[in-house]
Amino acid sequence: MTVTFRSPRQPVSSIRLESVAKHWETARAVDGVSFSAEAGEFVVLLGPSGCGKSTTLRLIAGLDTPTAGRILIADRDVTHAPPAERGIAMVFQSYALFPHLTVEENIVFGLKVRKVPAADRARRLAKVAELLGLAALLQRKPSQLSGGQQQRVALGRAIIAEQPVCLMDEPLSNLDAQLRGEMRREIRSLQQRLGITMVYVTHDQTEAMTMADRVVLLKDGRVEQVGSPDELYNTPRTAFTAGFIGAPPMNLVPLENAGGPWRYAGTDANAPYAGTEAATLGVRPEDMDVATEGGMPAVVDSVEYLGADSLVAAKVGAAPILVRVARHAPFATGERIRVTWKPQHQHLFSTRTGERISA
Amino acid sequence: MNRPAITGWLLVLPAAALLALFTHWPIVGTVWDSFHATPKGANPAPFVGLENYQVMIADEVFWKSLWNNLWFALGTIPISIALALVMALWVNSAMRGRTWLRVAFFTPTVLPMIAVANIWLFFYTPQYGLLEKLTTGLGFGTHNWLGTESTALACMIVVAIWKEAGFFMIFYLAALQSIPPSLAEAAALEGAPRGYYLRRIVLPLLMPTTLFVLVNAVINSFRLVDHIVVMTRGGPNNATSLLLFHVYQVGFSFWDTGYAAALTVVLLAILALAAIGQFVFLDRKVHYQ
Repeated sequence: MTVTFRSPRQPVSSIRLESVAKHWETARAVDGVSFSAEAGEFVVLLGPSGCGKSTTLRLIAGLDTPTAGRILIADRDVTHAPPAERGIAMVFQSYALFPHLTVEENIVFGLKVRKVPAADRARRLAKVAELLGLAALLQRKPSQLSGGQQQRVALGRAIIAEQPVCLMDEPLSNLDAQLRGEMRREIRSLQQRLGITMVYVTHDQTEAMTMADRVVLLKDGRVEQVGSPDELYNTPRTAFTAGFIGAPPMNLVPLENAGGPWRYAGTDANAPYAGTEAATLGVRPEDMDVATEGGMPAVVDSVEYLGADSLVAAKVGAAPILVRVARHAPFATGERIRVTWKPQHQHLFSTRTGERISA
Repeated sequence: MNRPAITGWLLVLPAAALLALFTHWPIVGTVWDSFHATPKGANPAPFVGLENYQVMIADEVFWKSLWNNLWFALGTIPISIALALVMALWVNSAMRGRTWLRVAFFTPTVLPMIAVANIWLFFYTPQYGLLEKLTTGLGFGTHNWLGTESTALACMIVVAIWKEAGFFMIFYLAALQSIPPSLAEAAALEGAPRGYYLRRIVLPLLMPTTLFVLVNAVINSFRLVDHIVVMTRGGPNNATSLLLFHVYQVGFSFWDTGYAAALTVVLLAILALAAIGQFVFLDRKVHYQ
C-alpha cells in the first residue's frame, strides 16, 4: 500500500549549520558545529552523553538560540526565527503528549492551532491514523497507551503537520530492545516514503548505522566526523570515531618503542608500523583471527558465546581487546593466543592528536 | 469474622477512634444540643425541639451574617484564586529574583492572622492610616474605611484575599512545576500562542489543583474570623459579622450555647453541601494524571 502524503507543491528542505555555537556562561555545549542535511536526507547526530547533540537539535528547532553561527533551513536564515516559522516538526524523547487530550486531539493539536478546516483535519487524521495503525486508539488518553503506542502518537503529531523537516530527539530510548528494532525500520521507511529531511539524535551507534544516510559524530560540542555509516566504519578519521562506531567498536592498542622498532605496549612483539610519530593501532574485532603463531600476542580473559559467533576478551599488555570468532571459541582463561589480521584492515592513529595516520 | 478482617479493623482502630472522638462525636453532640435550651445552673438543659431554629429564622443578625458571609465568599474566592494563579505563573517564569518574589508572595500566609489584622488596622485607620495618607495626599476627602457600613465588609474581603492568595499560589506553583517543559516546547513548535497554550494545556492540567484550592477557599471563607475579632468585632451595625463570628458571639459572649449549637449545625450543613457539590460537579471535569 502506498499512501501519497505530500502535496506536490510542498518543497523539501535542506538544513545547513554554519559554525553554530551555544555557550552557557563558561560551559561550551556546542562549539562551532557545521554540517548540512540535503533535502530528503536522514542525518543522525551521534555521540556520547554530554556531547551537545541534543542542544544542537534544540538550536535547529529554535527552542534555544545559538551564541554564534547561522542556521539555514531551505536556504532561509532562521537563526533567530521562532520555532513555528521554521517549517519543522519534532518528536521529543519524552514524547511530550498532552496528558488530558485524547490521541486524536493530540495529533490534530497543531492543525487546530493553525485553524485548518475541520474537513481537512479529519482527512489528514484518517491518513495518519492508518499509516501508523492508530485508528483504534484515537479516543484514548496517552496514559492508557503502551510506550510504543505513545511513540506512534508522537510520530503522528509530527507527520500530520506535513512539514518538510522532522527533528527527533532520542525517540526510541524509552522502548524495549525488540520494539526499538521495529520502530527503527518503521521510522526509516516513513521518512523515505514521505521524503522528509530528518535530523535524528541518538547515542546508540546501532541506530545511527542502520538508519542514517549520513552520520554527524559529535564529541565535546565539536564535530568529530561527518560521513556515511560506511565511511565512519571503514575509515574512521580519529581514534575516538574508531572506538565509538561498531558493535563492539574497534580495538585500539597503543604502540611503544625503546629506541628499536615499534612494539605493542607491554609486549616484546614487533608491530607493523615504521613511522616516527607515537601511534595507536586499530583493528576491528570482526577483522581479527586467532592464529597459532605470528601477529600480536594476547592473553585470554573470557569468552562470550553469542550463538553465531563468540567474543573473545583478551589483553595485549594492558590494553583490552575483543576478537570475534565464528561459533564456539575453544579458549580457556589465561590461555596465550596470537591474533592476526589482513594489512588492509589495520588503522593507525596518532597517540598525541588521535588523528588518523595515513599509511 | 475471619482473621485478616479483624487485623484490618484493629489497624484502623486508633485512627478511627481519634476521628470519632474529636470529629464525629462533637458533631453529633452539637446536633443534639441544638434541640435543647441552654442549661441554667445545675439543671439539665430542657428539650425544646426546633425552638432554636425558629429563633434563628427570626434572628436579623443571623440573616445579616449569612448574607455577609455569602458576599465575603463571593468576594474572596474568585479573586484570591485568580490572583494566586497569576502570581504562580509569574514566579514560575524564568526571571531574575524570582525566589525573592516567591518569598514576598508567600509572606502573608506565614504571618499570624492577628498580626495581619494589626497591619491592616493601621492601613485603614482614619486620619493617620496609610490609606488615609494616600487618599488625602492625592486630594481626596477623608474616609473612615472600617467605620462605615458600606466599606467595612469590602475592607475585610481585601484582607482575606491578601492573606490567602499567597497560600494558594504555592499549590499552583507546585502544580506548574510538575508540568514537563517539553509540553510548552511542543506547543511552541506547533505555533500555539502563549494564551492558547495556557487555555488549552496549562489550565486543564491545573484543574485538580483548582478543585483542591476551591474547596479550601470555600471552607476558609466560612472559617476565617480572627481578623473580624481583631479589627471590627462584627461592626459597624453588624456590617462585617460573619456566620462563625455570630456563632462565637452567641456562644461565648451571650453564653446561649443551645442557640450557638443550632447556628453551628447550619454552618456545618452549608460547608458540607458546598464540598459535596464541588466534588460531584467538578470532579467530572478534572483530569487526574
